[in-house]
Amino acid sequence: MSESQVKPPLPYSARDVVLPGDASCHGCPIPIALKVLSAVFGEKMILVIPACCTSVIVGTYPGQSLKASIIHVPFASAAAVASGVAQALKMRGISDVQVVAWAGDGGTADIGMATVSGAAERNEDIFYIMYDNEAYMNTGIQRSSSTPRGAWTTTTPILGKGENKKDVAKVLIAHNVPYVATASIGYPHDLYSKLQRAKNIHGFKYIQIHAPCPTGWRFDPKYTVKIAKLAVETGFWILYEYYNGKLIISGPSRPLLDSSKRKPIEEYLKLQGRFRTITPEIINSINEYIESNWSWIKKLM
Amino acid sequence: MSKKIALTGNYAIAYAVKLAKPDVIAAYPITPQSPIVEKLAEMIESGELKASMIRVESEHSALAACFGAAVAGARVFTATSSQGLLYMHEVVHWASRARIPMVMAVVSRTINTPWNIWPDHSDFVDQRDTGWIMAYAMDNQEAFDLTLQAFKISEDPSVYLPVMVGIEGFILSHTAMPVEIPDEKLVDDWLGERTQPYVIDGLEPKGLGPLTLPEDTEDIFYGIQLAMENSKRVIKSVDSEYGKLFGREYGGLISCYYCNNAKYIAIALGSWTGDLIEAVNTLREEGYPIGVIRVRFYRPFPREDLWEVLRGAKGVFVFDRAISFGAWGPLFTDLVAGLIQYTNKLPIIVNIVAGIAGVHVSAEDFHNMLLSLINRVESGLEHGYFDWVRIRR
Ligand SMILES: Cc1ncc(C[n+]2csc(CCOP(=O)(O)OP(=O)(O)O)c2C)c(N)n1
Ligand code: SF4
Ligand SMILES: [Mg+2]
Repeated sequence: MSESQVKPPLPYSARDVVLPGDASCHGCPIPIALKVLSAVFGEKMILVIPACCTSVIVGTYPGQSLKASIIHVPFASAAAVASGVAQALKMRGISDVQVVAWAGDGGTADIGMATVSGAAERNEDIFYIMYDNEAYMNTGIQRSSSTPRGAWTTTTPILGKGENKKDVAKVLIAHNVPYVATASIGYPHDLYSKLQRAKNIHGFKYIQIHAPCPTGWRFDPKYTVKIAKLAVETGFWILYEYYNGKLIISGPSRPLLDSSKRKPIEEYLKLQGRFRTITPEIINSINEYIESNWSWIKKLM
Repeated sequence: MSKKIALTGNYAIAYAVKLAKPDVIAAYPITPQSPIVEKLAEMIESGELKASMIRVESEHSALAACFGAAVAGARVFTATSSQGLLYMHEVVHWASRARIPMVMAVVSRTINTPWNIWPDHSDFVDQRDTGWIMAYAMDNQEAFDLTLQAFKISEDPSVYLPVMVGIEGFILSHTAMPVEIPDEKLVDDWLGERTQPYVIDGLEPKGLGPLTLPEDTEDIFYGIQLAMENSKRVIKSVDSEYGKLFGREYGGLISCYYCNNAKYIAIALGSWTGDLIEAVNTLREEGYPIGVIRVRFYRPFPREDLWEVLRGAKGVFVFDRAISFGAWGPLFTDLVAGLIQYTNKLPIIVNIVAGIAGVHVSAEDFHNMLLSLINRVESGLEHGYFDWVRIRR
């Protein structure tokens, strides 16, 4: 066998871990993200999953759609359970297993916020991954603090959400943890290299993965990746890493430091039913929100 | 070598935990429980105890972290009280339904509002339906012994359920009494390495707690009911082997005082039973045929043991230090439900709720209440009743 025939340098084949057949909707972003995770950690990961879409997606007892370890836990508890698992492994001398708290935006930005903050401040040696589908999807598309302004949800049914999206990555940067990154299911290679870099860092590692949800955002399931990319291309979702006290803009977002390179936000909004009744004033305010995010980013670079 | 030292109830528990050699401790401060964890932190930082301490940001996280560590193969411990116990309630259920062995101390304090840190049993009995084995101590030595035994019971393969050990706040938690600490080597040999039904440590793919259909879920819960039944035997054998090894045996799920030939039996749980026993002592001297049953294990509920003692009784007086608003005391409810499984002819059973929110009930108070209860039964009381006695000085 020649060198060039050797398998790609992925430690694991994601397909061996994320098995075909799960309970997600068509076009769901979650299995995409799980595949990238699996390509990095393989079977030797323990996913700690609170109530969220993923708890359903990974299958019904006694089946499981992931060939990795999963502990299902109460909604607000992922970071705390993961802390306990990591401490137990440390006491037992097991060092080659990755502990990953895997939670939605509701389980992170809202009900789990104190728990995430606690684990971050203690600098527990875990990954905390928030996949951000910008609402409580599992319970029927209710608003979360991570829902963007102007979005329809079942608890903002007529007026749309009135407040801006809570910036959890910023909150974690303020905790001074060793690693914070934003990512997107539209850019799996970017996510992959972030996981690879972070896995060698001891301590609390936070990654927030933007994850467009066709069911909750009201778009055609074939557009999941396209919308994920548009979120980045319009500058609405900025990809970066933060470690060693510095913010590094990731490849796909780097050109957009120049605002003229960004696509108009309307291109992103118009594909999604949740923004169907959005007004020009709210579009203006979303543009202001984007601009203020970029100026914050520039300050940390 | 065993040794005897003066310890508060809180420290007695901390010393028992130290001997159980947990790998992970996670807890959050609340009066009157805090000194347990402060002591354990000191033991860890001084190197006396080789464990990892997770100083979490809430009780919900304390038990969640213990749960995670226990699932991953660690022996764990936490302690809490009152509001803290209520705050972690979701995880209390989670741990038992996952059949994961662990031990928690509950230092009882009433439930707020208004702010009040005095003891009654309302926080403890509020956990009644969680699937935890629930033990309650009367003095500091028993708090020590029960805590150590809790690890053994919890990790028994025919049980595999978490165990909580209750003591009354301040009355025990902050009062020093002589406590005998057994020899470390003897305890090691007796307690042994941790055992648990499964371990998720990532070394092979495993799952815990996925979406499960009704029939499978019901089977899992039925297993808890069976384990509770099994635990009665285990609790008794642990009590008697502990007695042989360390010299103290308590009678299993209940402790009886003056119960032989007793026409009247008073029943209670916790350290106020000490005052009750003192009152009964006096009544015995005065010629009244009365005894006391102290319920040591509230779950599993010791219906067989209670029936054995109560089958010949004429009057039974249940003292509850907790109230189910709109009904009566929880021990009373369970006792009646337990006894009617053996007989259609119940003795006269009276329920007195007292000592709520930390109101002191003295031996003299018990004496007065018991005397009037006996007189009422003697003068032809036809059936039981419930009364909330609010003692005021
Ligand atoms: C303590 C508690 N409160 C509420 C719920 C109901 N609940 C389950 S999942 C969920 C929403 C999850 O939202 P998110 O974390 O964003 O994940 P997603 O469903 O969007 O994937 C809610 C509210 C619960 N399981 N536990
Ligand atoms: S609701 Fe959205 S996130 Fe949840 S399973 Fe469906 S597509 Fe995936
Ligand atoms: Mg969500």
